[in-house]
Amino acid sequence: MAFRALIAAAALFAFVPAAYADDPRAKAKEQVEFGIMSAQSGLWKEAAFRWEKAVQIYPTYPKAWNNLAIAYEQQGNFEEARKAYEKALQLDPKNLMIRQNYDLFKEINDRAKRRHDR
Amino acid sequence: MTARSAATIASFVLICGTAACTNFYEIPIETPIQPKMDVSAFQRVLIAGFIGGGTDDVDANLETVRLLRSQLRSKSNLRIIEAEVLPLANIAAGQANRDRIAPVPPLNGAADGQQSAPEVEKESRIRNEKDLEKLQGIFADVAFWKKLGEEYQNPLIVTGTVLFTPQQTAGFVMQEREIYDQFGRRRVVPTRTYMERKGFVLSPKFIFIDGRTGTILYTEKFQEGVLYSAQTNTPALSSYFELMDKLVPSFLNTLSTQKVKGTRVLLK
Repeated sequence: MAFRALIAAAALFAFVPAAYADDPRAKAKEQVEFGIMSAQSGLWKEAAFRWEKAVQIYPTYPKAWNNLAIAYEQQGNFEEARKAYEKALQLDPKNLMIRQNYDLFKEINDRAKRRHDR
Repeated sequence: MTARSAATIASFVLICGTAACTNFYEIPIETPIQPKMDVSAFQRVLIAGFIGGGTDDVDANLETVRLLRSQLRSKSNLRIIEAEVLPLANIAAGQANRDRIAPVPPLNGAADGQQSAPEVEKESRIRNEKDLEKLQGIFADVAFWKKLGEEYQNPLIVTGTVLFTPQQTAGFVMQEREIYDQFGRRRVVPTRTYMERKGFVLSPKFIFIDGRTGTILYTEKFQEGVLYSAQTNTPALSSYFELMDKLVPSFLNTLSTQKVKGTRVLLK
C-alpha cells in the first residue's frame, strides 16, 4: 500500500515545472520532499536514498542533512547519522529543530556506546 | 480502480496537501540498538539459576529465572531450555564450605555441590553484598559450567546473582500540593514534607557463560530502587516486578537487537 502511494507521489512529481530543472536548490528540495513522503510511508531506505541525492545536488542544504541523519539513525547507522547531524548544524547552527534532533540522537548514541564499552 | 487503491491515493493527496502547507513534520522513529554480545554461535540458552538473596518474601532465584525465560521466549530468537532451576546458592555454599574445610580442586563439580546442599542451607542465607561475595567463586568454576553445558548440548548459560533487599528512609521530600485561593482558583505549590518511606532495592548481576568451555563471556550489573510512603502496603513481589521491568530491556539488549522508540523532526 505504501509502495502504491509512493508511485502516486512519483506521478505527481513528474509534473514539476520545467523551470526547476536548472536550479540545484529546487531540485534538491524536490528530492527532500519526496524523501519526507517516503519516510511518512515507512519507506526509510527510499527516503535515505532521496536525501543522499539531495545533499549531492546541493551540499549546503542543512535540512536535507538533518533528514538524512534521521534516516541513518532509523537504520542504526549511528556514525553516519552523527556526521550528517554535525554537517546540518555546521550549516545552520541556530536551527533549534536540528539541535533538538541531534540532542535526542546523542542521548541514544551515548547509551549504546556506554553499553558497548562496558 | 478498487476502493482500497482509491483510498490510498486519496490519503496520499491529503499528505501532499498538508506537506505543501508546513515546513516540518514530526515523525516516529525506531532506533535499533545492536546487541552487546555476539550470540551467533548459540541456538539455545539455559537460564540456569541465580544466587538469590535479600528478603525472604520473594524467591529471587526462581522468580528471576521464570521472568527471564518468558521474556527471552517472546523477544529473542534463541531457544529456551526448560530445565529445573538450579539451587545455585546452596551449590555455591557447598563448594565454598568444602574448599574451606579441605581444599579440593573445583573439578569435582556440580554433583558434589548439590549433594552437600542441605547441610549448608542455613549458612547460605544471603542478606547483603558481603554474603554474596563469599559465594561468587562458583562463577569462575569452569569445570562446573562446562559440565552443565555438556548436559544441555553446549548452550549459552545465563546465571549470576540477584539481591532484593528492603530499604527504609526518612527525610524531607518535595511534594506538589493543591491549594485554592479565595476565588476558588486551583494552584499547585511545591512543598517540603517530612516523610517516612519504605521500599526495595534490586541489584542483579547477569553472567553469560559459554556452555562449550565454561568460561565467562560477559557480565553486567544493575541497580534499581523504589520507595513508597510508609503507609502504603506494596507487596514485595509487585515491587520486584516493577523493578525488573526497568532492567529487562537492558538484559534483552545483551542478546538481541532492541528498538528504542522516539520522534524526530523532518524539515523541508
